[in-house]
Amino acid sequence: MASNVTELDRPQRAAGIDGAPAPEEVAVPIEASADELRALEAGLDELQSERSLRQRDWSRVLLPVGAVVVLALVWQIVASLGLKRHDLVPGPLDVAAALGQLWNEGQVQQAIATSLGRGLLGFVVSVLVGTPLGLLLAQVRPLRRAFGPLVSGLQVLPSVAWVPAAIIWFGLTDATVYFVVLMGAIPSIVNGLIAGVDQIPPHYRSVAKVLGASRLELALQVILPASLPGYVAGLKQGWAFSWRSLMAAEIIAVGGSLGFGLGSLLDQGRTLSDMGIVMGAILAILAVGILVELLVFGPVERRLLARRGLLAGGSR
Amino acid sequence: MTVLLENLGKRFGDGAPVLDGVNATIHTGEFVALLGASGCGKSTLLNIIAGLERPSAGALEVPADGAAFMFQDAALYPWLTARGNVELALKLRGVDKAERRSRATELLDLVHLGEAADKRPHELSGGMRQRVALARALSQDREVLLMDEPFAALDAITRDLLHEELTRIWRETGRTIIFVTHNVREAVRLGQRVLLLSSRPGRVVSEWDVPDVVKDDAAAVAALTADITTRLREEIRRHGK
Repeated sequence: MASNVTELDRPQRAAGIDGAPAPEEVAVPIEASADELRALEAGLDELQSERSLRQRDWSRVLLPVGAVVVLALVWQIVASLGLKRHDLVPGPLDVAAALGQLWNEGQVQQAIATSLGRGLLGFVVSVLVGTPLGLLLAQVRPLRRAFGPLVSGLQVLPSVAWVPAAIIWFGLTDATVYFVVLMGAIPSIVNGLIAGVDQIPPHYRSVAKVLGASRLELALQVILPASLPGYVAGLKQGWAFSWRSLMAAEIIAVGGSLGFGLGSLLDQGRTLSDMGIVMGAILAILAVGILVELLVFGPVERRLLARRGLLAGGSR
Repeated sequence: MTVLLENLGKRFGDGAPVLDGVNATIHTGEFVALLGASGCGKSTLLNIIAGLERPSAGALEVPADGAAFMFQDAALYPWLTARGNVELALKLRGVDKAERRSRATELLDLVHLGEAADKRPHELSGGMRQRVALARALSQDREVLLMDEPFAALDAITRDLLHEELTRIWRETGRTIIFVTHNVREAVRLGQRVLLLSSRPGRVVSEWDVPDVVKDDAAAVAALTADITTRLREEIRRHGK
């Protein structure tokens, strides 16, 4: 405790311009307090560090599940009131039955596998094209000035607008679908990476420079990891755009050498005027989107942000 | 001598000069406090000594290997642990992988952070972060250490401890330290010599020696602090019209 008093008295000693100087014994030689200093610092570090209370928060699982159950119940009640023709407004049980039948025939599995495969391949190619493009635009100012507005514009353009052009160029082949997916996803990924690089605090670069980093080291050791949160956000959006564009393309472009995807299933339901299939396909598209977010992007993003202390309530 | 500044001047574009005719000699192993109000170009001066900016007039002599730098913001990389941050600095200096780890541990031990080595910056307090930044600056193994108000954002208790810590480390490592501050007491507490910079343009207008005899004598410290404060205020008042 004595050392604490010494510490607290010291500034008063220096501040003694207007008051009487502190007693002489307060001026403890600095060298003598090396061990005390260590102990003091340990105490202060402990006081200033917040303890993290990590608890499994079940409300994060139970509340969304509860919401889905409530919505399904409301849907079932509305459907069974019989306000509309039953074949126009099927209840959740009817949709489940329709889905079950399609599952038994193997159609749903096939459609999901085809669409997911296309979505993933399209997404991977978009990442491979978008990442170097984004880095280039983020780092080279004239290129950024020249192409930046165009890339932002492409992100706003609904990629379904490319479907007619793609059909004319590529016919009813997989190339049409992939073209539309790429035009949807690449701008998002490029923009995400640019935003990530833009958000890097300027002192990260100064520090790297002071530490003697070369241009390449700066890019690989500092710029890339520093821009990761923005980049991952861009990837997430890129995936959402690929999935949407893919569904749009599959609904519009049916037949030819095209495989049978979820969009094709949805279109088939429309042709057959079978609301059960239509609603079932919509739910399957939604489910894939939610699962990819929950199983892939959610955990990756949460871990990334928590490690950097950017997640409220994460590790603190 | 280690750092020699001769008639150093700096202006950005066509603006008024930020620095004009700065003369100073800083000897090897010396601890010099650069004191000045806002607009005295302290940070610009440090950037020039560090080689981050070029002077527009005059000459300077610095050690060939440049200088280590510590900023007001710890500026640690948030994706790396405390040890990772120090190791990155060693890596950029070209230290072998095998040696990096032990050297980083040693340096973190020097700033009494051996136990927090695997924590990430957001898990550390402001004072701990600055100590990691100090360990990182020391890892550069340069003769000169430039410090740009490194303790300005800390609370008084922490700052006071870090003053002792820095003094101890300076004695142990024998570095030449140029320490920029707004704070007269901090300058007197730390520096062997205090240089006062005028504002707009920045120029060394006064200097005081602070020998250990003075540092250990509360009355002498108070008198010197009052003296420097008076001179600093004179300098600030000049801009009042």
